[in-house]
Amino acid sequence: MIIIPTINLTMAATIAVLYAVGFYLLLSRSLMRVLIGVVVLGHASNLLLQLAGGPPARPPIIGTDPAAMADPLPQALALTAIVITFALTTFLLALGYRSFVLVGHDEVQDDVEDRRIGGQKADPVALESADDDPPDDSDDPSSDRIASTDDDVEAAATGERERP
Amino acid sequence: MSTVITLPVLLPMLGAAVTVVFARSPVLQRVVGVVVLAVVAALAGVLLVVADGSGPVVAELGGWAAPVGIALVADRLSALLLLVSTLVTLAVLVYAIDQRIADYGRGTASTTFHPMYLMLSAGVSLAYLTGDLFTLFVAFEVMLTASYVLISRRTTATRVRAGMTYVTVSLMSSLLFLTAIAMVYAATGTVNLADLAGRMDALPAELRTVLGLMLLVVFGIKAAIVPLHFWLPDSYPNAPGPVAALFAGLLTKVGFYAMLRTQTLLFSRDEPWTLMLVLAVATMLIGALGALAQNDLNRLLSFLLVSHIGFMLFGLAVFDAESVGGAALYAAHHITVLATLFLVSGLITRRTGTVALDQMGGLVGTAPGLAVLFVIPALTLAGIPPTAGFVAKLALLEAGVGAGSGPVAVAGVVIVASLLTLVALVRVWVRVFWGEPRPALPDDDPDDEVVVGTAATAAPMYAATAGLVAVSLAISVFAGPLTAMTDRAGVDLLDRGPYRVAVLGDAP
Repeated sequence: MIIIPTINLTMAATIAVLYAVGFYLLLSRSLMRVLIGVVVLGHASNLLLQLAGGPPARPPIIGTDPAAMADPLPQALALTAIVITFALTTFLLALGYRSFVLVGHDEVQDDVEDRRIGGQKADPVALESADDDPPDDSDDPSSDRIASTDDDVEAAATGERERP
Repeated sequence: MSTVITLPVLLPMLGAAVTVVFARSPVLQRVVGVVVLAVVAALAGVLLVVADGSGPVVAELGGWAAPVGIALVADRLSALLLLVSTLVTLAVLVYAIDQRIADYGRGTASTTFHPMYLMLSAGVSLAYLTGDLFTLFVAFEVMLTASYVLISRRTTATRVRAGMTYVTVSLMSSLLFLTAIAMVYAATGTVNLADLAGRMDALPAELRTVLGLMLLVVFGIKAAIVPLHFWLPDSYPNAPGPVAALFAGLLTKVGFYAMLRTQTLLFSRDEPWTLMLVLAVATMLIGALGALAQNDLNRLLSFLLVSHIGFMLFGLAVFDAESVGGAALYAAHHITVLATLFLVSGLITRRTGTVALDQMGGLVGTAPGLAVLFVIPALTLAGIPPTAGFVAKLALLEAGVGAGSGPVAVAGVVIVASLLTLVALVRVWVRVFWGEPRPALPDDDPDDEVVVGTAATAAPMYAATAGLVAVSLAISVFAGPLTAMTDRAGVDLLDRGPYRVAVLGDAP
């Protein structure tokens, strides 16, 4: 059994910060922020894998003494994980671009049907009043790009989200 | 035998490569896809017979002995699920091919569909067969990456939105999986499942609990257990008919299989698992009640899918040989019946031009064959005797009733959830098949690939759906031998001995 005698505090703190930043970015609506969040989370888990391989500054597979070398398995695992994360990053980029071409922005929108069913018993006035002034829901309200669209249903969905 | 066990993974990958190279030859693509999946189904049948007769089949990749190298293992559970999954994959492929022929003629080739479909099949096979935690991660990635492409190809605005949710949630669960693997490796120094089974027992109870919960969350997202199910009713209904059927049949069950495998092998326990009982109740009830509120046929089916994941969780929660075996049988039945219902939904939508229940009606007069194809899987899902659903639910209930007061209470919820399922499906029946026939609505999104509002359907689409209904009926006809076999699978899963001996080669 591999027991890590001491854990490098700098590494542990770095990994913790990376996870926090990654999950925070994952919670935003813009797909580009989500993408950066995924990349950061990928780094965090790869660093964690490295940490699981034992203390730093030892080369993998050199000579015959197992005590002198780093555990090569986590490095192989991290390598595989890096390749997979890389491929999925490019896929997300393509998806974001596709969304930009089709919808004009790359923000994850509400599930309209879900909002409609959720609002079935709700006050209909609140749904309709959302038509008057669709609020700008983008992460950057100062930009001239408005997140909401003119579509009635989507405006209703946005209005639904605005309600407490 | 060790060659046979690698082929369900290698053949679809090879087939995917061939269909990429010959992307301009649609006939060859179709033949390769169907032949590969038929061969894999036959091999899975062989594996099931051998695994049931003489214990788990093991292959050590690259000739490296087990804890060092990657092992592929086919025991009763994985061979059974592999067989049922491949049959479903094959039927859905036939359906998809004929839908395309009906819509666009024989000559049109699709560059991405066949390769991605076969890669997804390879990933599913690898996920069932692997005996290694990291290879399980790779299998999930192969499967999910293919599914990302399938759900978002020929994108329309709605499908991009659904694809975003699906991809983001799946990616997050994959990264959590990677984190869990790193922690498991740091704690034990191995990622081989059979080896882990021994080393996990030596860990402190707290650490075991943390690792178990991490893996539970990871597979819980993939299996769509409440409260980690939100992505599913949002994304599946927006996929094209056959793709939704494939996802509904396979992907969540692969997640459940991984959960079943890891929780029984690595985190063995002696008494019913209270947390899982609570999750099972929540999943069954929230799924069934959610289905009652829907007006969109595919969303309704998606919520029923979530609800019935709860039945399998109940089997896992009771944690004895009978109940775990019952969960395996339920998973096999669930794979076929959900895929069938989504295929039927695709046929209904084609005819009516809409998925909205309140805009359909009278199909029992205009399409009586479709009504038969709907009613059999619907009754199966609700668990009406003598269907496969009844057999599977009976196995779960029998196990639950004998296991103490908590499981008995949850067994009551199982019956309530079955009744709610029946209510939801009767609602579909009344809205879609009874009433005045309505004219088909025009295709509201002509740009996307899905052609709706036409009565032109190819006969093989019905044949493929009927084939799946036949598989489901076969489960109920051969209920005796199947239940006996899944009971043996349940004993194996809890015993853990046969699996470890088969992989590691000596007594643990």
